[in-house]
Order: sequence, then structure tokens, then C-alpha cells
Amino acid sequence: MNSLPFLPHHDGSSFFDFLTQHHPELRPGVRDLAMLPAALPVDLARPGTIPVPHGTTVLALKYRDGAIIAGDRRATEGFQIADRRIEKVFRIDEYSAMAIAGAAGPCIEMAKLFQTELEHYEKLEGVQLSCEGKANKLGQMVKANLPMVFQGLVVMPLYVGYDLKRQEGRIFKYDITGGRYEESDHHSIGSGGKDARSTMREHYRPGLDEDAALRVGLLALYNAADEDVGTGGPDLVRGIYPTAKIVSSAGIVDVPEARVRALYETMIAERRRS
Amino acid sequence: MPLPYYVSPEQMMQDKAEYAKKGIAKGRSIIALEYVDGIVLAADNPSSSLHKVSEVYDRIAFAGAGKYSEFEHLRKAGIRHADLTGYMYSREDVSARTLSNAYSQSLGTAFSTDVKPLEVEILVVQVGVNGQANEIFRISFDGSIADEKSFAVIGGRSEAVQQYLREHATPEPPSLQDGLRRCRSALEQVATQKIPSENLEVAVLDRHRQGRKFRRLTSADISHLLA
Repeated sequence: MNSLPFLPHHDGSSFFDFLTQHHPELRPGVRDLAMLPAALPVDLARPGTIPVPHGTTVLALKYRDGAIIAGDRRATEGFQIADRRIEKVFRIDEYSAMAIAGAAGPCIEMAKLFQTELEHYEKLEGVQLSCEGKANKLGQMVKANLPMVFQGLVVMPLYVGYDLKRQEGRIFKYDITGGRYEESDHHSIGSGGKDARSTMREHYRPGLDEDAALRVGLLALYNAADEDVGTGGPDLVRGIYPTAKIVSSAGIVDVPEARVRALYETMIAERRRS
Repeated sequence: MPLPYYVSPEQMMQDKAEYAKKGIAKGRSIIALEYVDGIVLAADNPSSSLHKVSEVYDRIAFAGAGKYSEFEHLRKAGIRHADLTGYMYSREDVSARTLSNAYSQSLGTAFSTDVKPLEVEILVVQVGVNGQANEIFRISFDGSIADEKSFAVIGGRSEAVQQYLREHATPEPPSLQDGLRRCRSALEQVATQKIPSENLEVAVLDRHRQGRKFRRLTSADISHLLA
């Protein structure tokens, strides 16, 4: 039983641990790299020398029936635009989503691994992890990526889940050491995060309905794109708009592009008049 | 030093096979039956938490008969195998055929090398989407693998259940309701008693579902369908 060909014996329900033990080459943040001297000058005693995510704004905010998560579409390489249509908000499972800021490759890899992780647990155990359990697991994955941070490859997630027990949407932010902090109303990360947070602070009210909350989120992204070169605003010429997902007791749904476009068109028309 | 007794390989294999067959026949049967929207899996299982049928991947389900600890181990190994393939390549590259081959290899090796063979019989089924055909693989304790059409039965008195299903087969796949009723009648006939709907474990692979096709029917769903 212990040495079935093709099927290695393994205990535990974590796909992440399974990869680490049996296929370390597939695990993000290859550990050998961590032995190399840091590629970037890092002085832990001086704040500001640890590389922080750049070129992104992703945000999350709660509304009456759950939470909304949204992000811009721009990826940059230095002063060049690398991609205009990159997707930064990922569906993780039926009741949660995450958005990412940081180095695109490792970010997408982490999102994919986290999706597999949750589905794997659900299939093995027959039940879903709790909302809190999912958020903690993501924290451990961010922590495992710490060696890569010293190579300049930061992955910074923002996680949104619908807690079926508490009947509410929840927002979690992280730091590079895997620290996990719950936000009560709204949060935004990335290079334009500060600008988005200012907008949300002004316009956010507890208990907003879905439409109003979506408008606040999209306005925050618009303002962030206005102030931050790394964040892409709505591109009317090419027809590229930020993406958003809504998490509620009914599960997760994508906000259709037509709805985002309509909201932006109204917003822009109002600004023109004034 | 006394010489160990000589046992011919034929005799050894026969003994092992008999031992495994006996263990599998002790349990109750599980049926996989094609219906109009996919595949329905029905098991006579009084426990509502120890499952015999489970999801493996988007289009693939697993059913195990025999010794619980042994097929549970195989189920978990299969999920790991499928998730690893899907993570490494792509979700559409996970197939029932590859998985069945892996199971067949493992069971075959265990049968010929281990002292005690695994007392299990398993089903790996895959629902066909976009006009593809469904696939039903039955894998026995010795690693032999069979590609079944329209239905398959494992565990318990599987021959008798198969006989019933063969006699009541229809040229077109039945609706979910008719299919499930047929499964229950087949199981009842072998059990020679009524099987209440809460003793049935039922799951479907429905090709019209988005994403993951597997759905476990609640006891309310089952009694509604069988009413």
C-alpha cells in the first residue's frame, strides 16, 4: 500500500504540502533560490528598502449582501506597458475570490495553486474549509513566498470571501511575512492603493446596496488610475475596462463588462458636464 | 533448517483472488448508469457520512466497493493524481482513462507482490461533453480493467444486479428519474427488501452543469425523484 506506482502515499489534505513533499520542483518559490544572496539591496533596519508591489490597483469593499472585489487591467515592465488586458481578480471557489499585486508570474501561480488547494481539500474531506480557514491557508502561502521577496518577487494578495456561518462578506489583507489582517469595510493594495483608499474613505457608507457599492469601487479605481502611472483606467478606445466580481450568499458572479462600461460612461459624462 | 513449503504460483494467485472476491461480495452493490444528461451513480449505503461515491475532477467521479479503508486510500490517491495533472498541465488534460490506468497498475502490482490483496473493486466514470461519449471503467482487485457501456455494477452480488439491468435496458438512455428508479429496483431485488430513499447514496455527473459536473443528491432530492 505504501509504494503504489503513480500514486505516492501521502497523509493530509493540503495540496500545497503534497507538492512540497513529492514535487518540490512544482512548488512556487523554489527553495534553492533562497540560498542566493538577495538580488536587491535589502536593509531590514531601514523601512522602504523591501520591494513593495508596484503597478496595480486592486480593491475590495463590503456591501449589504456580501463583498465586491475589483482591479485594473494594466501590467508594466519599468516604464513600458507589458499588458493592457491582464486579469488581476481571480475566482478561487464558489464563495471567494482574490486579487493580486506584485510580480505577475508568481502572482498568477499563487492564485492557481490556491484554487487547487481549496478544491483539493473539499474533495478529500467532503466539506469546504471555513472562510477563516481559507484566509489562514493563503497567509501560509504568502509566508512560504518570503524568500522570493528578497529576490524582488513580491506576491501580495487581497482576499474576499463570503462567510456562510456569519452570513456576511469578509475582507483579508496580508503582509509579506504572511501576517493576516481582517478589514472591516474596505481596502485597496498596489501602487494606486493609497489613492483608491482615499476615494473609498470619502464615498463608502456601511450597508450600501450592490449598485452603489460597485459605483464606489469603480470610482476608486478611476481616481487611482488618474494619480498613478502603474494603474490603467477605463480604455474607451480599445474597450478595456476594470474587472469586478461579487461574492454573496448566492455564490460568486462576474460583473458583466457591459455593466462596468455603462457605469463608467455615466461617470465620465457627469465629469464632462461639470 | 526446514525448507519452506512449496506453493505453486497458480495456487497462490487463486487463493488471493478467492480471498479478495469473498471480501468484495460481502458488501453492497454500487451502480453507475448512463442517463440522458450524463451518468448517475447509486449505492445502497445506510451511512450518510461515509461515502462510497465521490468527485475526482471536473468530469470524473469515483466509486469504491469492498473494504472502506482500502478504497478510501485509492480515492484520495486518485484525487491527488488528478489535481496534480490539472495543476501541472491543464484542467482538460485530466482524463478517466489515464486515471484508470494508474489504478490498474497500482492494483495489479499490489495483487502480485503483497501478501494480502486489496479487497476492492472500483469504478472511474467520466461524463462526455460536447458530443463526446461517456466513459465507464471498472477496475478489479487484480488490476484488470474493463470498459463498460451504458451501465456497470461493482460490489456485493454484482452479477445479479447486472442481470436485472441488462433485462431492463432501454435503447435510449433514461431520464434521471427513470434511471434512478431502475437502479433502486435492481438493488432492491438483490437485497430482497425495500431500500428506503435515505439509505441510497446518489450522485450525478451532469454534463449541463458549469465547471465541475459532479453533484451529490440530497435525501430530499432523492425522495422527490423516487416518489
